Amino acid sequence: MSTIASIFQNMPEIMTRAIVVGTLVSVCASLLGVTLVLKRYSMIGDGLSHVGFGALAIATVLSAGSASMAVSLPIVMASAFALMWLTENRRMQGDAAIAVLSTGAIAIGTLLFRFSDNPYQDICNSLFGTASMALLTDADMWITVGVSTAVLVLFVFFYTRIFSVTFDSSFAKATGVRVNAYAMMLAALTAVTVVIGMKMVGAIMVSGLIIFPALSAMRVAKRFKSVVITSAALSLGCFFIGFFLSLLIEVQPGPAIIAVHVLAFVVCCIVSAVKTRVKARKNRSIVVEPPCKA
Amino acid sequence: MALITFEGVGLSYGGDNVAHDVSFAVNAGEFWGIVGENGSGKTTLMKALLGLIPCASGRIVMGEGLKPNEIGYLPQQSVIQKDFPASVEEVVLSGTIGWRGLKPFYGRRERERAAKSMDMLGLSAIKNRSYQELSGGQQQRVLLARALCATQKCIVLDEPTTGLDPVVTAEFYQLLHEINGQGMTVIMVSHDIEEAVRDCSHILHLSCHPLFIGTASDYRNSAVGRKYIKERAV
Repeated sequence: MSTIASIFQNMPEIMTRAIVVGTLVSVCASLLGVTLVLKRYSMIGDGLSHVGFGALAIATVLSAGSASMAVSLPIVMASAFALMWLTENRRMQGDAAIAVLSTGAIAIGTLLFRFSDNPYQDICNSLFGTASMALLTDADMWITVGVSTAVLVLFVFFYTRIFSVTFDSSFAKATGVRVNAYAMMLAALTAVTVVIGMKMVGAIMVSGLIIFPALSAMRVAKRFKSVVITSAALSLGCFFIGFFLSLLIEVQPGPAIIAVHVLAFVVCCIVSAVKTRVKARKNRSIVVEPPCKA
Repeated sequence: MALITFEGVGLSYGGDNVAHDVSFAVNAGEFWGIVGENGSGKTTLMKALLGLIPCASGRIVMGEGLKPNEIGYLPQQSVIQKDFPASVEEVVLSGTIGWRGLKPFYGRRERERAAKSMDMLGLSAIKNRSYQELSGGQQQRVLLARALCATQKCIVLDEPTTGLDPVVTAEFYQLLHEINGQGMTVIMVSHDIEEAVRDCSHILHLSCHPLFIGTASDYRNSAVGRKYIKERAV
């Protein structure tokens, strides 16, 4: 493992790429995670990451090399639309559709990797992100910058609508919001985040980047805006701690980052439990609001 | 012209005909109760009114300048909402989404409107509280405040008192009467016929086609009304 750490330490441009990609992916994933978790779409991110593995295999077979993102983006995005369409129109049970897609993509991906020069290393890299943060190219970095800027701008611009659709899609629809368009936008943004996130932590763990920060934030924050901000802050914090810790103790960055997320989640759970206890002790008597003040 | 006119509306849901020949008119300021058994088509009729599903036949005409997305809707609570991390103010503000255009954030106009409806429903003191920590009755008042942010003319409620205890239910109807007294048209879907007859000014009793259309007091004396109210009382 010492090789990965030394690559980062000896080559500052690789370090820069890793930090730029890590920061942007962390923020995008944490913002989308809040809506996905609340809408009970957590598994969509998970399903898409497996599709991402299959897509990477196709990119490898086509020997797209450094342009692998350009190949996997459209494939993952098309799968995201298909999943969302199946789920929303109840053509198939959402969880069943995801299981079918995930396992299918893993199977086909593994078979296709047979055609690469270095099948086992490639499979390991795609699944667990073993060395992928050290293999980031300039093209990867610029695609990530472009894509995540788009994710951030869209999320901020449509923030109030995303809230409305997440909280109550039938109310939003009745007031004229095109709910299906927002569901598709969410699917597209998740797809691109999964593709760029895979470069960081590998296909198996990328949904952790999406789900953990939101779950942890919901333990400690009780308003939508504060959940969103806490989620982004936690995600950034976990990335930096996990990444530099991995260099320090010489382990793979991907699993280290997710492990820090697990730790953060446990801490948030404890904080929340303590808070509830204290509150319960304080408010033994419940204050009843006056029903009306016309 | 009436505020909303149903002209021979027929509805289907998942390929099945659930209602046919529904014709009636709602005038501004009336308080309608749409009642009927489960599967009588009342919820489907309400969804058609809100534009969530199309009419299979006939049409729904809006009068007095009412736009389809200008109806305030209070849906049944979903599982997602019960533990949703959002402040009361965030939820109420989201009611303005239909008329505030494409602006990314809420402006003064939206905040004033939200403050006004929270004030009216006694929610101002708890506007920073989290929705998930409120009681069922408080949550329902928050959703009512959100509906009021969406409209100044007409609100539609879907079984609004499900799961509320009798005291809270009575308080909620009191609020509806006050809102109705200020000129708001109220259309409520309910399976509780007794409650609807007591609180509404007009009744539509649906059983795939209308069994009764008229005022609540006429309903009480009608054959249909007597039958259903008696059945419930036994």
